[in-house]
Amino acid sequence: MKLVYTDVLVIGGGLAGLRTAIGVKRRGLDTVVLSLVPAKRSHSAAAQGGMQASLANSAMGRGDNEDVHFEDTVKGSDWGCDQQVARMFVHTAPKAVRELAGWGVPWNRVRSGDREAVVNAEKITITESPEAHGLITARDFGGTKKWRTCYTSDGTGHAMLFTLGDQSIAHGIPVMERKEALALIHEGGRCYGAVVRDLVTGELTSFVAKATVIATGGYGRIYKVSTNGIICEGTGMGIALETGIAELGNMEAVQFHPTAIVPAGILTTEGCRGDGGVLRDVDGHRFMPDYEPEKKELASRDVVSRRMTEHMRKGKGVKSPYGDHLWLDISLLGREHVEKNLREVKDICHYFLGIDPAVDWIPVRPTQHYSMGGIRTRHTGESTALKGLFACGESACWDLHGFNRLGGNSVAETIVAGMIVSEFIADFCQSGESEISIPTALVREFHAREQARLDEILTSKGKERASDIRRRMEEIMINKVGIFRTGTELDEAVDELQDLLVRSRSLGLESRVRGANPELVGAYRLQKMLKVALCVAVGARQRTESRGAHSREDHPQRDDANWLKRTLTTWKDEGDTLPAVDYEPIDVASMELPPGFRGYGQADHRNHPDTEARLSEVTAIREQLSGADRFAIQNRLMPFDHQLPERYREKNECLEEPVEKTR
Amino acid sequence: MNKSSDQANRRETQTGISDRSARRLTIKILRHNPQDPASDPRFERYQLDEAPGMTLFIALNRIRDEQAPSLQFDFVCRAGICGSCGMLINGRPGLACRTLTNKLDPEITLAPLPVFKLIGDLSVDTGAWARQMGEKLETWVHQHKEPDIDRLEERMEPERAEEIHELDRCIECGCCIAACGTARMRKDFVGAAGINKLSRFRLDPRDERSDEDFYELIGNDDGVFGCMALLGCNDVCPKELPLQTQLAFMRRKMAKFG
Repeated sequence: MKLVYTDVLVIGGGLAGLRTAIGVKRRGLDTVVLSLVPAKRSHSAAAQGGMQASLANSAMGRGDNEDVHFEDTVKGSDWGCDQQVARMFVHTAPKAVRELAGWGVPWNRVRSGDREAVVNAEKITITESPEAHGLITARDFGGTKKWRTCYTSDGTGHAMLFTLGDQSIAHGIPVMERKEALALIHEGGRCYGAVVRDLVTGELTSFVAKATVIATGGYGRIYKVSTNGIICEGTGMGIALETGIAELGNMEAVQFHPTAIVPAGILTTEGCRGDGGVLRDVDGHRFMPDYEPEKKELASRDVVSRRMTEHMRKGKGVKSPYGDHLWLDISLLGREHVEKNLREVKDICHYFLGIDPAVDWIPVRPTQHYSMGGIRTRHTGESTALKGLFACGESACWDLHGFNRLGGNSVAETIVAGMIVSEFIADFCQSGESEISIPTALVREFHAREQARLDEILTSKGKERASDIRRRMEEIMINKVGIFRTGTELDEAVDELQDLLVRSRSLGLESRVRGANPELVGAYRLQKMLKVALCVAVGARQRTESRGAHSREDHPQRDDANWLKRTLTTWKDEGDTLPAVDYEPIDVASMELPPGFRGYGQADHRNHPDTEARLSEVTAIREQLSGADRFAIQNRLMPFDHQLPERYREKNECLEEPVEKTR
Repeated sequence: MNKSSDQANRRETQTGISDRSARRLTIKILRHNPQDPASDPRFERYQLDEAPGMTLFIALNRIRDEQAPSLQFDFVCRAGICGSCGMLINGRPGLACRTLTNKLDPEITLAPLPVFKLIGDLSVDTGAWARQMGEKLETWVHQHKEPDIDRLEERMEPERAEEIHELDRCIECGCCIAACGTARMRKDFVGAAGINKLSRFRLDPRDERSDEDFYELIGNDDGVFGCMALLGCNDVCPKELPLQTQLAFMRRKMAKFG
């Protein structure tokens, strides 16, 4: 048995994993990053649009601050998020952008003077002040009150990932490529590392660590059409689920992005609409103002996606061999803007559609995009149920996004969570709590179990093909657990997925090679994916309300009275075909921003019994402290400083709010 | 509005998803598994019907699903962004994910990128190359002070930020290396990707390294002086980076020292 010891084992080499590894390394800990692919090829690279942080440098961002970012995020989440975490996040986001700026990300900068922009399909002139010249600028995104999304043209994720990739080389962090974690090693409610398979040689190695971090991204690939990279299969959540202990939170919260190209499902950034692009229907009519007169194309993603689907259902979609679609028109931005700020979009249109978006409209429709659900963690990033297991980024339910994530908050989360969680991991590893003295016999047991599972698949005489089952699962998910959901369809989905899970237990392979064998990989991932899919479908079936991206046609109302709570799913026994479901209430009485109307979509919800009382408390505190500075008011409403690692507690400076450093 | 019907018509005729009469494609793939001592490199032919909008990503997955379950290849973003799927497409390095089959003749030959270590079939180890390049050329901002993350960031001229991004767009797909005569002969040659990367840091005001420092890294035959100026890198770069300009520029700067 090959055995490797390290302090911190990071599974996943995208933005969240790399930033976590850098964080713990800087605290003097030994760390190893495992990645399915070369780290710089991670799905993080595909983030085009940008990263939210309330720097308030640009003219359209003036007046922005953490409070505004917080409010946008909580409303965006449809009150499903953890407000403490949202506060920690909005406070740390400006630090994250500035750290990346220092490390080399070429953020676009403010240029003083007049410039033309397209807002609401009209040309306007924006005047940038000379004092902001050279500071990081921002673009508009959906669901935000201010222009807050920092960007590098439309290659933001790429620029960030390469900067972090190179920083991890600078820090001497080993990134082991083409390695896949098959199972977590755990006993007595404590995680000790993972059994890992080399995707080239097929060899297993067991990694024993004080802390294990899952940063493997989302589960988009359980859906037939997704903007996600093909490695986003949710298997990181799968291995957590298979411990029988770790909880997954809100798996039914799945976001659809309004503008993926048809048929490839490749994303065109929200920056297209942020920069002034509009949606049109079969008649060329700009329909979003009919539905959302205030925010139009820039309502929150779940709202725009549903409005598009509604509009297509009315027969206003454009027919194509791949089903209906709508048009995204960025031609009105002008060639110069398209070629400079939306070049990836231009390339994608050129290579996949053969069109020029400076002239032609882009065929788009809503497509699976983001997983709000994930491994349920505390604010420290540690699993609520399995000690020593941490998660961050898209694979975690931290829970910043609730039931709908705002554009630009995901790449921001990867870095911010990496910063914060790595400090808590370091604290943990440097405390007596983390000491481990597990017998190698335990490791051997897990190692042998995984080897036996692989052998079983390799030698099985079963008749089922993994690729057939997988394709069926993807179809069920997109057709029955998609953008609009009903109880009947969800019942069918759950039944069918259970059948598939049973069938997946008798797979047979054509290729019985032990080393690099893509068919074998597809086979062992399949069961994990099916379990994740079942958590999504079962969570959605039980949740008889509509919140954020979870939209039940048979229960259109948001129901705070019954559903202001997180879904928790666990997989108790290997032989089960359904997850166990539990719920975690969200505490209204301690909210800084009590539940209300989001400002887009429909104002239609049932109140939680505590909402009114909390609302009057909040109003009273605000009245009592009227005139006090915003930090004092915030602190009275919902203190959060104490939950942040000490090094990130300092206030953020901005042009309108110069700050004296206290440390 | 007429524009939409114009649009629709145009889409029919111009785009990759227009429905042409289906062709029968023959895809010849170089198969070899270096892990298996019994494996000899050989071409295998696979046939499939072309579908509208088909890319090599779609074609290869279909071949693997239906005909060759052990076929190895690498894709991640399948959108031309991550650089995983560089391979020789009819002998020329390119990204398979964004290559539409209808732009090619019905017989297509695919082979792994040369120069890199072969993992199997169409999959090569560009990751090890990129890591080693990063270590050797120290491809990160060298700055003595840590950024102060609580205060206003250091200012930068907007044009400068854009110029840096322009060079920072390299996805390390390895196509330039695969197309490089020197890289085939000299295994430590840093190639266009490496030189482009250093010119990106040279341009960056945050990097405190001097030309003398850069000379230490690339002022030799494994660096700027090894290039034979065959321009292969420049011709195949999927991101259309100005590789030859950067090479010539860095060589001139480094020559001043040499």
